[in-house]
Amino acid sequence: MTMPLLQVKDLSIRFGGIIAAEDVNLSVNPGENLAIIGPNGAGKTTFLNICTGYLSPVSGTVHFMGRDITRLAPRNITRLGIARAFQIPQLFLEQTVNENMLLAITARHTSLSTIRPLGTSAFRDEAADILSLLKVADFAARPAQELPEGTRKLVDIAIALALQPRLLLMDEPTSGVASSEKFAVMDVLVAALATRGVSSVFVEHDMEMVTRYANRVAVWNGGRVQKSGPPQDILDDPEVRRTVIGH
Amino acid sequence: MGARNIVLLVTAAVLLAAVAWLLPWTRTFLVIAMSKGLAALGIVILLRAGQVSFGHAMFFAVSAYAAGFASRMLGGTDIAVMLAVGIAAAAVLSLVVGLFVVRYRQIFFGMLNLAFSMVLYSILEKFFEITGGSDGLRLSRPSMFGLVLQRNDFDLMLVFLSIALALGATLAVQVYFASSYGQALRAIKSNETRLEYIGVSARLVLLIGYVVSAVTGAIGGVLLAALQGLASPSFSYWIQSGEFVFIAILGGSAFPAGAFVGALVYEGVRIYAAAFANDIWELVLGLVIIGIILFAPRGLVGLAVETFASPRKREAVPDGSVPMTNAAPAKGSAEQ
Repeated sequence: MTMPLLQVKDLSIRFGGIIAAEDVNLSVNPGENLAIIGPNGAGKTTFLNICTGYLSPVSGTVHFMGRDITRLAPRNITRLGIARAFQIPQLFLEQTVNENMLLAITARHTSLSTIRPLGTSAFRDEAADILSLLKVADFAARPAQELPEGTRKLVDIAIALALQPRLLLMDEPTSGVASSEKFAVMDVLVAALATRGVSSVFVEHDMEMVTRYANRVAVWNGGRVQKSGPPQDILDDPEVRRTVIGH
Repeated sequence: MGARNIVLLVTAAVLLAAVAWLLPWTRTFLVIAMSKGLAALGIVILLRAGQVSFGHAMFFAVSAYAAGFASRMLGGTDIAVMLAVGIAAAAVLSLVVGLFVVRYRQIFFGMLNLAFSMVLYSILEKFFEITGGSDGLRLSRPSMFGLVLQRNDFDLMLVFLSIALALGATLAVQVYFASSYGQALRAIKSNETRLEYIGVSARLVLLIGYVVSAVTGAIGGVLLAALQGLASPSFSYWIQSGEFVFIAILGGSAFPAGAFVGALVYEGVRIYAAAFANDIWELVLGLVIIGIILFAPRGLVGLAVETFASPRKREAVPDGSVPMTNAAPAKGSAEQ
């Protein structure tokens, strides 16, 4: 059996009286697109925060490619190959989309300089490719603060892709994207992840998205993984339907 | 950085040098303005990251004193040695202080800097045996790159040197702003979280900016000490730090050249206001800064850019921020 890409063991964290995770065990295998579903406040985003080093768990460990990353800083985890796209897009608002991308690509190459101008022509081409992939190339020269919400989401994902991660964690990747665009964007994104050999974990509320794009679904409820398995099995499960989907 | 931009900056520098050549009474004024402009340039660098320091005069002072000690130990020295020693001292101090202050942001960053600068002020004032206390440290007139000059020639050469260093620093800071670390510095202002999540340490980025800003301030400190033949504790006093912030905002904090435009106007207003309205010159300056903040928040250089920029250009930057790296320079933006 191959080693899981990401392995979480006995993870616990609580905020006051709220249990966001309690003895959670979950792994992500190479090539997998794992969807995490669950009611609001169940601890899904907290899980992403722990995996990327933004929060430290009370107990338990997170391993990435066999290495313990539990208490590493976000930037060190990023350098190891976990990128993150946020529910609320995190962009460099004063800078253009292109500058946002070039900063990410330059950071990936750890070639920051106080003298050389930002972005070589190779970096610019790479940025343009990723932006075209997500159909936001037209916005390249615009300051990020002028972008419509849906576009911001896609640029946020583009920045994460520019880091060429092994694993991409996405928090509701298409919320805010126009519903007519959602599937088109996810089609392209999932195909791109497959081509680049990137595995993903995405938190999602839209069950249609889950059915269509996830290989596996984990149901997060009350700080525990209530169930995990292939999308159809999970979505057909009466208990999951009652507690999470609500019908 | 466009060629136009460089040409305009060099032209401005040559014009200032010509003024100094033709009108000897402007020399002291110009050296003071360039020194303070260099320190205000340090504030412009920090403002790029959305931070402001109310203690930046500590680097102005430490370089002046370091140059003074070097001069005293060597029994007189050269301006090049003074600059090297001053810059080195400020770089070391900024690295040490920076390790603490880059952990904080906004008002905490500003006030912590103020605290450090006032600690330095107290040390300079109280350790009389070493620092000369409130009388300051006297410096003998240095040689100018090997040349021993009389008072008038020295003053003229010092103006030329100040203008050249101001020009060099402005160009260097523009190169820095366009670099990847410069862009990352700007990113601190809008989204530090994302910076961490692309694998970059925001603290390291700010520390680099902090050291660069201290170095520009250090050059100013040495120049002023060389002009006055004196390094005094007031170099480090909080009012001096406030003056640098004032100058940066007056000139236009988005533009490196704004620091020097601000310094020239500030010193000009100060001299004339002191001469013609001795009792209320601070009030005059206060009204000027209120006017700038209300009607031209991007400072004098920002005002010039808006006035001369083409309508299309103005439309392209509705929020008032002028992209400095990726757009063809608009008319007047070469003033940067």
